[in-house]
Amino acid sequence: MMERPDTATVGLRGTLRWGLVCGVVMVFAAAVGMVQVFDEARIVIHPVLSMGYLSLFWFVPIAGYLATKVKVLEGMAAPETGPRNVALGALSGLIGWGMLAAFTLLINAFNLRDIFVKLSPKLVILLTFGRGLAVGLALMALAAVLLGAAGGALHVLPPAWRRAVILAVEWAFVIALLESVFTQVLGRLGLIRVSSALFEGDGLQWWGALLIAVLVGGFSLVRSKRNKPRRNLVKKFLAPADSRRRTRNSLLAALVVLVLLIALPQLMGSLLSDLLANVGLFMLMGLGLNIVVGLAGMLDLGYVAFFAVGAYTVGVLTSPVSPRFDLGWSWWAALPVALVVSAIAGVLVGTPVIRMRGDYLAIVTLGFGEIVRILFLSDWLAPTFGGAQGVLNIPGIPLGFTEVRGTNPQAILYFAVALVIIAAWVSWALQESRIGRAWTALREDETVAAAMGINTVRAKLNAFIVGAVLAGMGGALFSAKIGSVFPKSFELLVSMIILVVVIVGGMGNITGVAVGAVVLIGVLGGPRQPGLLQEFGEFKLLIYGALLVFMMLRRPEGLAPSVRRSRELHADELSQDAWLDKGAAPDPARPGGGTT
Amino acid sequence: MTTSSAVRRRWRLPNWVDSFLWFLRLAAILVLIWGVTGTVVRGINGEGPTGEAWRDLVIAGLAQGAMYGLIALGYSMVYGVLGFINFAHGEVFMSGAMVGFFVANYLFDAGLWESNFVLALLLVLLTSILTSILVAVIVERIAYRPLRNAPRLIPLITSIGISFFLQYTFAGLFGVAVNSYPPPPDGLRERINLLGLEIEGVKLLVIAVAVASMIGLYLFVERTRIGRAIRAVAEDKEIAALMGINVNRTIVATFAVGGAMAGVAGTLWALLFRGVSFITGFLPGIKAFTAAVLGGIGNLVGAMTGGVLLGVFEGVIPQLVLGGLGIPGVAQLKDVVAFTALVLVLVFRPTGLLGERLAVEDRT
Repeated sequence: MMERPDTATVGLRGTLRWGLVCGVVMVFAAAVGMVQVFDEARIVIHPVLSMGYLSLFWFVPIAGYLATKVKVLEGMAAPETGPRNVALGALSGLIGWGMLAAFTLLINAFNLRDIFVKLSPKLVILLTFGRGLAVGLALMALAAVLLGAAGGALHVLPPAWRRAVILAVEWAFVIALLESVFTQVLGRLGLIRVSSALFEGDGLQWWGALLIAVLVGGFSLVRSKRNKPRRNLVKKFLAPADSRRRTRNSLLAALVVLVLLIALPQLMGSLLSDLLANVGLFMLMGLGLNIVVGLAGMLDLGYVAFFAVGAYTVGVLTSPVSPRFDLGWSWWAALPVALVVSAIAGVLVGTPVIRMRGDYLAIVTLGFGEIVRILFLSDWLAPTFGGAQGVLNIPGIPLGFTEVRGTNPQAILYFAVALVIIAAWVSWALQESRIGRAWTALREDETVAAAMGINTVRAKLNAFIVGAVLAGMGGALFSAKIGSVFPKSFELLVSMIILVVVIVGGMGNITGVAVGAVVLIGVLGGPRQPGLLQEFGEFKLLIYGALLVFMMLRRPEGLAPSVRRSRELHADELSQDAWLDKGAAPDPARPGGGTT
Repeated sequence: MTTSSAVRRRWRLPNWVDSFLWFLRLAAILVLIWGVTGTVVRGINGEGPTGEAWRDLVIAGLAQGAMYGLIALGYSMVYGVLGFINFAHGEVFMSGAMVGFFVANYLFDAGLWESNFVLALLLVLLTSILTSILVAVIVERIAYRPLRNAPRLIPLITSIGISFFLQYTFAGLFGVAVNSYPPPPDGLRERINLLGLEIEGVKLLVIAVAVASMIGLYLFVERTRIGRAIRAVAEDKEIAALMGINVNRTIVATFAVGGAMAGVAGTLWALLFRGVSFITGFLPGIKAFTAAVLGGIGNLVGAMTGGVLLGVFEGVIPQLVLGGLGIPGVAQLKDVVAFTALVLVLVFRPTGLLGERLAVEDRT
């Protein structure tokens, strides 16, 4: 067994390290302008906390928590916690404050605005709470120390309480940040008085936040007292031993989900429905990319090409004013053509790249994505595709009783949900089929897969084609939703965002894609589509990037991982003694030979 | 009966792929011949670009290609050592050019830019190099080192995230506007007669600096101790570690050297195009990667050759081939040419023109 690490040194070193990280995070948020932009955007908890201060201080308690965290290894006594944790947490907050204070003094003393555009005098006022330098900095120190101490104090609490506090804070902030959803839904349910009492402006009332925190925390405490994991109930309901009841129960569950889905757009209002329709669109494409990346293991960075092909095909065929033809087909007639053309595009892109190494494949598909966009943009093909103006006046989807188009977000949402269900069913059926198993085998080891008699070329091409068809379907929906297609909608960024959705959600997992799309597209927003947190606007991609890196470093299997995938990625750890904490195993990131 | 048909089916599809690839090769060659013939015919008829226009295209392509080559070196070295595409390298290049701009602007205001251009340029170059080195090394430490033994696509995806993060961090710090470097002194903008060829001074300077950096890098990698360590680590990490090489430090050195070259390229970009913004790094980055593959990844001479070739292709082929086919607006299709070149190289000769040099475990 390992020796027990000396808690004292771990504490101080960790404190210094996390204090510095905390300082970097705070200075970064201030320097890129988040604090100022968000502060103007909205107040999260009325009247104490604006979103700007939230973006400034959110990391302090986390740093305080991490700074005094001691890894518990198997065979060791639980670490003693006490005032020391609180003090060191406060210290890490103080170190972070030190950096922020130095930064504040710096921008107060020098005019750096010619270089760093966001360092205005207004930022100094914000950073000092508008109370002058001395008082402001003292207040700031107080806030940082208290928050850091609070983070450290979490260690002192018994585990059940700790969980309750963390949950309570999380819920209070989530509800405060997603205020628009709650006010909308409460309003539609006729509970407008509840919502107007709880929420003020764009955020929660302070007592509302407190109430939610107490409720959530109390609930969590009661539940942990009863010591009965709730999840088992759901599992028991969906997978009872008796097979006839299982069918009945899963039918029931499907019915409930269906009713919810039908009720949702009515509850949401048109703005939120539009947002959810975007989520559906990206979910659709995420499901397609998931087949290529998650199942077959080919990193396709040019996925937007198929999306564009689908959208343009539908646009050209249905628009009465499309530059070359004026066919004016119905959307339903154009859809099969679009799917076939996308499939052909899948073959054309897939065939040359199939034999390439994984990373070459990535960059070549990226190249294809750009080629397609530039061709649609070029003067050369402008007579057909309209160049930069694109194809306009694309009609909606005729459904007999109504026409589904962007001006009617609820209808689009229903339609998107239907397409997503089809796509999810297709991916699920494929995943469980012979083809799906071939893809998984390919991803694990191509040579072995070939040796087992899998036709690797055909399996890969199939993945490309299915992915392309789903993206083409997304494109068809997109063109009907927006009513016009132009090259600007098909930038490389779209591929990247879909990729992030798949990866953050959980590669190789349908639920993962759904989670990823809801969390990222719904909350942060798509490449051109605003999300619930519209304030993020200019920082959206910054956050996307940071999130992607964080996920790759800490949780490469995604938020809702597929079991197999997560086993693959953590094979090292599992092969070590399963009882040992990650940190106890020789760190796989550093090869033993790499240090001299 | 069943077995034989299964066998036949198993063989038929690869053959189908092969024939598709052959078709692609033939089509590429046909398009090339057709386009060139068209251009030649037009040239004989006195249409199309004049001889001087061609010369300018080639020289502009050379200068830009030299810059691509410098960026490509960073891709190539990192790929050789760690075996993944450092997607964020384009942003390393951008960061140098971006920070260099503020120094250049300051020097312009101070008057040094006009009075002593060489010194000013050296200062800008130094800033640019140091910034790029710093960014490259920090990125390596924070993002790539923890992923040393992760499956290959994970560092690639991470580097995409880093790329976004850096772009929008720079957008946040320095604003989204395009910053324009002060113009180079008049003497450099005139054409200089070199061995009967009239070359714009700036382009000559760019080519000269790029060639000098390349020679410097070559000597560094071939002659110095750290260079030898880099080559050893690229060959085989574990054996290199057994030989007493500090692998982590060598990898940092690799990133630093690649960053330095990107920094030089940043200043050259500023000389050529002057405008720098937070998305400047993206396209040159991808094209530089194309150049690295074109020359054979892991191969330093190859990276430079590939860069120069790609630059010239990009400059000349739109006019030479696409113009000959009678396609309008060929200048728009520059990027299509670059990406098509990448696809064709990987189809025709995936190891690049000069052959790739990779560690044993990466040659799959």
